[in-house]
Amino acid sequence: METHLDLRYLVTAAIGGAIFGVGLYVSQMVDPLKVLHFLDFKAIPTGQWDPSLAFVMAVGLVVMFVALQIGRRMQKPLFDSAFHEPNYKQIDGRLLLGSAIFGLGWGMSGICPGPAISLIAFWPPNILVYLFALFVGSYSGTLLMPSNSERRLALAR
Amino acid sequence: MEHFSPISASIGGALIGLSCAILWLANGRIAGISGIFGQLLPPQSAVVWRLTFLVFLVLGTLAASYVIPGLGVGGPAGRPAALVTAPSWFSPGTIVWVAASGLLTGFGTKIGNGCTSGHGIVGLARLSKRSFAAVAVFFVVAIGVVTLTGVV
Repeated sequence: METHLDLRYLVTAAIGGAIFGVGLYVSQMVDPLKVLHFLDFKAIPTGQWDPSLAFVMAVGLVVMFVALQIGRRMQKPLFDSAFHEPNYKQIDGRLLLGSAIFGLGWGMSGICPGPAISLIAFWPPNILVYLFALFVGSYSGTLLMPSNSERRLALAR
Repeated sequence: MEHFSPISASIGGALIGLSCAILWLANGRIAGISGIFGQLLPPQSAVVWRLTFLVFLVLGTLAASYVIPGLGVGGPAGRPAALVTAPSWFSPGTIVWVAASGLLTGFGTKIGNGCTSGHGIVGLARLSKRSFAAVAVFFVVAIGVVTLTGVV
């Protein structure tokens, strides 16, 4: 817990957040309509399809892949005692159901959680409705389907 | 393909990847926005860094819209950002549509343990089987929803 109040740790979180926000603006993934123009595959035959989102993800994950290789050569991250890597590996119904429900919500608006937060910068109409619902949805997930990650890990062994 | 912007998309993607890289190598944390947003309440520990990350995410977007104005939506020279309006067949209206979208996204990312950043960028880069499954499912469903509902 003390680690998380270390000033260097918080400055890193601030820098990481700011760069993420700049990336969402530069890529224009902050614009829900641009995301919807990627998800709208019926626009492919008409030539109106926008593949930009695929470029954002592909380049982003290549950069992260390189970072992970660098991380493998480190005993621990710079400002914490260990890498917090998920240790549960099973593909289960909970993962697939959750991802399907997320896909439904994402497709309805073109907004996923990162752009939802960055849209606060531009405060479009109804953003507060969306964020409040996102919050309620997330915390009702915690209440209705607690992860019991310890139990799931024990079952997976 | 009038909307297609491969160069700004690639630069923006590199920045998002760099943010994930910094959070991993410095703090050993996965930059998953749904996870950061979904663990802001006590009894979760480490609320301070999560809140810091999100506040600076908003400030980064705002600052960029002034430094590089007019890329698309937002800022002094951009088009005003807007959320979708509900498809015409959806009689309860746009507010209900937007609220339902937020509820489903919040609930789904919580029980599916991630969204487009945590699974889509970090998870795929980690070659996590769970993330490959999650990304396949949420992309197929979202593409299906947009294509069938006619929301754009």
